[in-house]
Amino acid sequence: MPLEVDGQSYETDEEGYLANLNDWKPELANAMAAADGAELGENHWEVINFLREYYEEYQIAPAVRVLTKAIGKKLGKDKGNSKYLYELFPYGPAKQACKYAGLPKPTGCV
Amino acid sequence: MENEGDQVIKKFMYMNRKAPYGTIYALESLEVVLIAAAFDQDVSLVCADDGVYQLMKGQNTDDIGMKNFSPTYSALGDYDIKKIYIEKESLEERGLSLDDLQDLKYEDEDDDWAEKDSIHLVSREELAQVIDEQDVVFSF
Repeated sequence: MPLEVDGQSYETDEEGYLANLNDWKPELANAMAAADGAELGENHWEVINFLREYYEEYQIAPAVRVLTKAIGKKLGKDKGNSKYLYELFPYGPAKQACKYAGLPKPTGCV
Repeated sequence: MENEGDQVIKKFMYMNRKAPYGTIYALESLEVVLIAAAFDQDVSLVCADDGVYQLMKGQNTDDIGMKNFSPTYSALGDYDIKKIYIEKESLEERGLSLDDLQDLKYEDEDDDWAEKDSIHLVSREELAQVIDEQDVVFSF
């Protein structure tokens, strides 16, 4: 089902991941979160922006274990643990955050 | 095989022998490696024969309509894949040296995140020895 934001339509796959990476803009993340009944705060954006940078550099969305470790290194130990990340993204940090970040579903992600 | 607690750790080797583009082998191998890394096994990668081209620096796929997945090899360290064996003879037969390949590193968590080399240049004879030590070898 396409995602409708500000009168524009964006193609997504059956799980709601954006079809075209280049379509992404922050408004789309907000719209996806709203559809899930969530609101994105600064802590969410830290993770989303991190994921976009990771993808830019390595051309993959990191597995959750890799994400957790990398977040811990970049943003501090108190954020680099699955409890913190699952609180922010209850549907699974890699899956849900990657979706909001406009990335494909992580390779090897469960 | 080593036993860590009651978990069995096997030695898995992924053997890459084909050029990065033109067939799907290199990309498939890379994806399988990334998935397998989630299972906490002892994983190593080999680039031999045309497989050494997979790690070439400066790849550009603009004109062939395939994604350039070569930057992903730099993420292997994040996935705790720290052993990448390059066969010396394969490089030499193609007029290449390690300088032509990406310099892959990993950060050692137990050593204050010190950067260490993932790439190991091995002779054909040494590689045979390493293969002999594996529990499972996948050839791509």
